Amino acid sequence: MSVKISVSINGKKYTSEVEPRQLLVYHLREALALTGSHVGCDTSSCGACTVLVDGQAVKSCTTLAAQVDGCNVITVEGLAKNGNLHPIQEGFKEEHGLQCGFCTPGMIMAAADLLQNNPDPSETEIRHALEGNFCRCTGYHNIVRSIQWAANKLKETNAAVL
Amino acid sequence: MTYIGQSVKRVEDKRFTTGKGKYTDDIKLVGMTHAHIVRSPYAHAIIKSIDIDTALAHPGVVAIFTGKDIAAAGINGVPAGWQVNFKDGTTMKEPPHPLLVADRVKHVGDGIAVIIAEDLATARDAADLIEIDYEVLPCVTNPAEAVKAGAPQVHDNAPNNICFDWELGNPKAEVDAAIAASHHVTRLDLVNQRMAPNAIEPRSAIGHYDDSKDKFTLYTTSQNPHLTRLLMCAFVLGIPEHKVQVVAPDVGGGFGSKIFHYIEEALVIWASKQIGRPIKWTSTRSEAFLTDAHGRDHVTTAEMGFDKEGKVTALRVSTFANLGAYLSTFAPAVPTYLHGTLLQGLYTTPKIHVDVTAVFTHTNAVDAYRGAGRPEATYLLERLMDTAALEMGMDPAELRFKNFIPAFDGVTQPGYQTQVALQYDSGNYEPVLERGLEMVGYENFRKEQAEARKNGKLLGIGFSTYIEACGIAPSAVVGALGARAGLYESAQVRVQPTGKVSVFTGSHSHGQGHETTFAQVVADRLGIAMEDIDIVHGDSDSVAFGMGTYGSRSLAVGGSAIVKSIDKVLEKGAKIAAHKLEAAEEDLEYAGGRWTVKGTDKSIGFGDIALTAYVPHDYPAGLEPGLDFSSFYDPTNFTYPFGCHIAIVEVDAETGKVTLKRFIAVDDVGNVINPMIVDGQIHGGLAQGIGQAMLEGVAYDAEGQLMTGSFMDYAMPRADDLPSFEIDRKVTPCPHNPLGVKGAGEAGCIGSTPAVVNAVMDALTPFGIIKNLEMPMTPQRVWRAMHQK
Repeated sequence: MSVKISVSINGKKYTSEVEPRQLLVYHLREALALTGSHVGCDTSSCGACTVLVDGQAVKSCTTLAAQVDGCNVITVEGLAKNGNLHPIQEGFKEEHGLQCGFCTPGMIMAAADLLQNNPDPSETEIRHALEGNFCRCTGYHNIVRSIQWAANKLKETNAAVL
Repeated sequence: MTYIGQSVKRVEDKRFTTGKGKYTDDIKLVGMTHAHIVRSPYAHAIIKSIDIDTALAHPGVVAIFTGKDIAAAGINGVPAGWQVNFKDGTTMKEPPHPLLVADRVKHVGDGIAVIIAEDLATARDAADLIEIDYEVLPCVTNPAEAVKAGAPQVHDNAPNNICFDWELGNPKAEVDAAIAASHHVTRLDLVNQRMAPNAIEPRSAIGHYDDSKDKFTLYTTSQNPHLTRLLMCAFVLGIPEHKVQVVAPDVGGGFGSKIFHYIEEALVIWASKQIGRPIKWTSTRSEAFLTDAHGRDHVTTAEMGFDKEGKVTALRVSTFANLGAYLSTFAPAVPTYLHGTLLQGLYTTPKIHVDVTAVFTHTNAVDAYRGAGRPEATYLLERLMDTAALEMGMDPAELRFKNFIPAFDGVTQPGYQTQVALQYDSGNYEPVLERGLEMVGYENFRKEQAEARKNGKLLGIGFSTYIEACGIAPSAVVGALGARAGLYESAQVRVQPTGKVSVFTGSHSHGQGHETTFAQVVADRLGIAMEDIDIVHGDSDSVAFGMGTYGSRSLAVGGSAIVKSIDKVLEKGAKIAAHKLEAAEEDLEYAGGRWTVKGTDKSIGFGDIALTAYVPHDYPAGLEPGLDFSSFYDPTNFTYPFGCHIAIVEVDAETGKVTLKRFIAVDDVGNVINPMIVDGQIHGGLAQGIGQAMLEGVAYDAEGQLMTGSFMDYAMPRADDLPSFEIDRKVTPCPHNPLGVKGAGEAGCIGSTPAVVNAVMDALTPFGIIKNLEMPMTPQRVWRAMHQK
């Protein structure tokens, strides 16, 4: 048995047949070769799989592929435009907000969600917004600064997050 | 342009921020199958029967192998890399660790069968169809309990579950006498709880056998692919090393847990030849909790004697170290050579004795976890110092100043010989504590604390001044200590004909930023642009050999190997340049990527020399073409970073909840190549050390069931559990390696844990001197400590 879904992923339309039990993260990774979304746990705790579905951050390890039929999905692969890093990606590089890089895609997508709703977050607000994402390398110190850097860049350039 | 000392942005970050990193689980090979491992649900049980027939007939299942198949194939178990002898000189007990167990399982998570299927979901479905009949046996999980008479036995050949007993330091009788004669003795019974390393990338391994070349490829989440190849080929599977390529691509964090050679790596390699197709196995997080080697797990009694002035007179330590059910690769070294040897700390303690009993239990293996042994040593030393200060009514900072080893640079002054085998290379300990006190505003804090207490607020400050042994390790020293391997590093510097440079290092980056830091070193030494340098690591077919990355060794050992190869490149380059410039070699100087005849404007660039070396038409007689050098660097000593960590906490008087208000760290890791990266290493280490103090801890119940088997049960620090860190550094260069670097990977994790716990104790002084509060400092434990009679 399979389900037919039609999804926009990073601006491109995909029509696929998926198993009803197929999780979105495996659909992205296995069927579409979008391996930027990572699986770090099996309890929806680590956030390494975070993507945006219709603009909202969701954990793609606890979303069925069938659930995003008709939705607009953005993954970490969809942020950089024309070879230029997105300001959030730039912020992570400038402020050393990543080490091994495994949690980074999820962190960046969680940050995108935050900055859409709160363009000028305080440190406390940033730390609160990252509650659903584990990083074992950075101690979060520089992730906070990366997101602040991105917020400033977006403000200076008067750019929308997405 | 000088790169060394600059916070150069990381070369790695473009691929990681755009989702283009290539981790093992991202790799998909043609015809690849997927493996699921059936694991024991019991801590100790006899496998009476296994029925795989129904599972094997399940559509999509390709093959199933059990412990019987492994035994029939004559495959050895996974070996330990270090040997420790009993006090009486006999060899440690080293029971076999089979890839899959055929007879008796010894911990929850022990592998019993591997199911290989067309896709992962099918493999997991089939697991439900395997029937295993167990006879459950009694088990033991606590090391101090395991050695008692009548305790359930993990292995037949390890009586009383003892793997070895071991001692180090001054003769026990001398230390006993010094303790007995002390003016004051502080005693602590401590549990350094078991930790789950939890790199966010779960372990993964892909085995691929290509029969056309009779060659295996293993992609694996490893901190040291060459060591994995050596252990797997020579000790486990008995296959020739030159027919096996091991690739550790991008690796999502390690923290020690990815050093070790695990059963799954050998399993997918062996099974891929049996089925003639590639096999991928990727751990779930639950499996990671069950099978990634854990860390710490010491039960310790520590006593420190003092004279009237507060000078330490002696230290006596007795530790039960839990090794789990099987010996992991480094396991015997951690509670001994990496723990006992660090008990001098920063102090002039004249008499030290440490006694370690290493114990098997029905739990997952325990091995090196960030810091490995050194955090355990630092924890007991620094807890003793702050507790002693409270007991003697002294200031904890003052007590440390009184006992610090005086400064020595290791060049004009000799290294410091400890009572526990090691000789410190260089140290200057007072400045890190002085700077820490200045940053924290110590005098003001004590006033604020007194004021807060009047208002019923519980503020506390905790100190930790630590030392560690890094740059692991001088082969001769560790060989004498029982390592079955040297711990040097290799590097090849290949100058391409156009003057671009490829560097092949045996170190492995899984977050440390080697592609940036190493390139900074090479660029400066050669006087060329960083963009012209590529750092290659993690592939046994590209890199000649390597011992990998752990023990804060990459730059101190791996970087030094690179420097050796660069020196060789420049030496040969000078010969070619002398020929081209028609000058004597000794009249040349090299700077900014050019050889110049001193005092003239005659010069030639690095690129021209490289091209000449590969197109040697006009060339010095007798010189080989090419510009490509390999080196092995074996350090002469460990390196000894040190520092001062200070925590300020507030304990909620009603609930016992601990809030970390500030954390100050002043570390001396020797010379620094990239300050941004070093700061990042410190931050990450701090978070892990603070995590142990406040949140984390692996728990087994009496039946040996893992109670903390997921991120829902095991509390790791999240962003809102931590403050921003206040860090600074001092620089005392390492005198014995060419870069003067000591290593920064573990410092944060080693120093921070006791600082936090000491701060909680300090906050709780209105309730007396509380000595029986164990980590992690959960509200419940703290509340109970506050309300105990």
